[in-house]
Amino acid sequence: MSDLLLKIRGLKIEGRSDETWNPIINGIDVDLKKGEVLGMIGESGAGKSTVGLAAMGYTRDGVRISEGSVEFDGVDLVKASASVKRSLLGKRIAYVAQSAAASFNPAHKLIDQHTEGPVQHGVSSRAESEIDGIELYRRLRLPSPEEIGFRYPHQVSGGQLQRAMTAMAMACRPDLIIFDEPTTALDVTTQIEVLASIRDIVEQFDTAAIYITHDLAVVAQMADRIKVLLKGDEVEEADTRTMLTAPTEDYTKSLWAVRSFERPAKPAINVNATPVVSVRNVTAAYGTVDVLHDVSFDIHAGRTVAVVGESGSGKSTAARCITGLLPPRIGHIEFDGQQLPLSYKQRDKSQLRQAQMIYQMADTALNPRKSIGETIGRPVEFYMGLKGREKRKRVEELLAEIELEPTEYFNRLPSELSGGQKQRIGIARALAAEPQFIICDEVTSALDQLVAEGILRLLAKLQDELGLSYMFITHDLATVRSIADEVVVMKDGDVVEQGPKKEMFKPPHHAYTDLLLSSVPEMDPDWLTNLLQERGVDNIGDAAVDKM
Amino acid sequence: MNALVWILGGLLVILAIAWVFRFATQKATDNKPYFRDMPLSVAFGYVFAAAALLLSIWYFFQPKAVDGIPSAGVIFFRWAIIGLLGFAAAAWVFRTVFRNVGSENSKKLFRSMPLTAAFGVMIIIVYAIVSIFAGLIAPYGQEEILGAANVVAGGDPAIGGNPEYPLGTDQIGRDILSRLIYGAQNTVGIAFITTCLAFILGGTLGFLAAVLGGWLDQLLSRMVDALMAIPSLIFSLLLMTIATAWAGSEAWLVTIYMIFIIAVIDSTRVFRLSRAVGQSIVVMDYIEAAKLRGEGMGYLIFREILPNALAPLLAEFGLRFCFVFLTIASLSFLGVGIQPPKADWGTMVRDLSPFINYASFAPNAAVTPLLAAGAIALLTVAVNFVVDWMLHKSSGLKE
Repeated sequence: MSDLLLKIRGLKIEGRSDETWNPIINGIDVDLKKGEVLGMIGESGAGKSTVGLAAMGYTRDGVRISEGSVEFDGVDLVKASASVKRSLLGKRIAYVAQSAAASFNPAHKLIDQHTEGPVQHGVSSRAESEIDGIELYRRLRLPSPEEIGFRYPHQVSGGQLQRAMTAMAMACRPDLIIFDEPTTALDVTTQIEVLASIRDIVEQFDTAAIYITHDLAVVAQMADRIKVLLKGDEVEEADTRTMLTAPTEDYTKSLWAVRSFERPAKPAINVNATPVVSVRNVTAAYGTVDVLHDVSFDIHAGRTVAVVGESGSGKSTAARCITGLLPPRIGHIEFDGQQLPLSYKQRDKSQLRQAQMIYQMADTALNPRKSIGETIGRPVEFYMGLKGREKRKRVEELLAEIELEPTEYFNRLPSELSGGQKQRIGIARALAAEPQFIICDEVTSALDQLVAEGILRLLAKLQDELGLSYMFITHDLATVRSIADEVVVMKDGDVVEQGPKKEMFKPPHHAYTDLLLSSVPEMDPDWLTNLLQERGVDNIGDAAVDKM
Repeated sequence: MNALVWILGGLLVILAIAWVFRFATQKATDNKPYFRDMPLSVAFGYVFAAAALLLSIWYFFQPKAVDGIPSAGVIFFRWAIIGLLGFAAAAWVFRTVFRNVGSENSKKLFRSMPLTAAFGVMIIIVYAIVSIFAGLIAPYGQEEILGAANVVAGGDPAIGGNPEYPLGTDQIGRDILSRLIYGAQNTVGIAFITTCLAFILGGTLGFLAAVLGGWLDQLLSRMVDALMAIPSLIFSLLLMTIATAWAGSEAWLVTIYMIFIIAVIDSTRVFRLSRAVGQSIVVMDYIEAAKLRGEGMGYLIFREILPNALAPLLAEFGLRFCFVFLTIASLSFLGVGIQPPKADWGTMVRDLSPFINYASFAPNAAVTPLLAAGAIALLTVAVNFVVDWMLHKSSGLKE
């Protein structure tokens, strides 16, 4: 027997839509040796997850494997019967899904779900697998491993849940684990912990893995080899180091180049100028719990202020205070030196017009039943009073401004657009009000890197042309590096540090800023190893305990 | 005891045949995954369905009468099967015609339509035409007494029918076909108006509660809870009794009262739904964007929320229409709904119901009360098919 564990040959997969079968994957080969980690990257729609699932002989509803073979340890999973597959899945092949929160059954304790696999497959008894589960929790550096398994999924944090799921996948000591974007939904600081523990455990048990992600820097840490997919085709495959240093295909090079976008620094701010928006000593509460404590910062004309922090740090709450959706308990917001009414209900039309917002999820930010023309036309009509032909002309101008062909997109519905195009429509709707100031709430975090870069470039172009000011809320420091002029770091409702970008990326930092900065994965495959050494491996586990 | 043995034995035989069937197909198709992974229960289902089909065909061709005595079971079974196949064929023709005639959009709609929905749409259109043009279509007036009473349906003089009254006459000699046609106008028309009223009332208040929240939401919701706590049929019966006393001799006033009473009682259900749907839409970012733009309440409700709530509301409209319709029929059956001599399906079922006793020896006479009941059933089924289809379509949109 060869040491090939998984051999996929000429895999073609089709999906059913509009009554016909359309190709999703057009013939892909995968070879995976025992104990090897293969990274699979590509933008959304590239077919990464579909290939990952097919490696288990599984397809989603409405999808079928039309050709090719998936040989796992000599067994062709495409032809194998359901009972053969049942005996392999969970026992020798395991799967870790993107959203652990959605994949755990909320009605059962973690350990109950953990032991289900081994007991079902007859690998070990309930008591044995419970002990083993606790051992795995320890190895994955979960806090208080003896006790955490006896909690329900909603009682542990997202990062811990993701690790608990990895432990569950390891429960039968499988030969192959498929990781489908296991860290995408996590904060950078949590991501590190999960990455480090996944890598350790895969090495310890010599497990082969397919690691699916769209984040190059992450895959560089995890994989021995990298395969790049584009629209169901393989672009190229090579060793991680070769791939990072010398990609051969243009598409791969463009992926690699995304992170190089950086705006030139602007001259220093005139300290005497009145800021466009000024947040003054704002304390805000949901109910009786304060979520912002005495927050102050200024946003000057034509500048981008990035507000960074983990989820729950109060970034979005600050934005809600500025827009007036959440009137601050103490403090106020100034616009051009004038104090704004606290609640949006008391602000007049021109005050509302001046501050616009672009949302993270373009899907929920656009009314699905309104055409693009209506969506963008409404603020044009509402604020500018334009009607009929003039309105249409203005909407077409705006569409041209966001680089979409006006005549083609005017009558489309949001469902007929891609994610990046939807986000552009969101930008156009904000621009239609002709504001001075726009709040961008995680506008690129739901997008692929190439598309996200396009949006960032567009925002930068618009700022140069129209002199807009941005408040840019994000948790991604790579985005901050490329677009921000000033940075505000927030944690638990406090501003930890603020200043021009140049200074922020240079030491010395506040300890938290340092943690954030150093947690952003870099393209260097040794980055995680070095970082862990630097921090001392044990620190990560301790950090996790501290966070509890 | 004997019957039980027969049933058990039959099931066991079917199970054995199912096993053989699965085995044979596995061999014949060289272990195609579909047959290889087929559980025995599925094979059992196939064989059982085949057996049931054969039995039906056999029963269908049994003689209509034995020794001059009609076998009612066979006759009713034949009518049911012929009706089913006839409607299916009509629906198919209807769909085929509209796939090739009409505007691009309507053609596209009919192309994606399942047969059940086509049947529903067809029946609804037919009912609409009949109720609008009842005066032109009906051969006689609804209150017209035409001499011969209790003429049997079918128009066959040999068994007491009359070709002039194809569906027979009732106990005081009114033409049943005409009364069915006028009944469509009265019952369906009133049900439609009532449902619309319930939706305008319940929908507006529900969305308002969803958008504003707070004490208004609490007040409206608790009022609705209180109304819903009383069983709706008994409540409307009670109110109708009071209304009948108020109205005195004015029969049309009773109808107006009935429309309002049923509309208010049914609007509570619409309120619940539109509030729930509205609440899930209100949290969307585009509503926040509209609020921050400074839009008024009217724009928020009718331009931002309503288009997105339309699919579930339309589906509910179909269901609610059926319930309203059945409520009216029930009230009329109980004697407080649409007042005689106006034709109404509920009253017709009540008045003709004694004929059902003839079912075993005179099927054509027994069918008279069933005609009105069938008209109610047909519309209810049709509306539900259309509603199912709409729900399916709207859930497909969300993916």
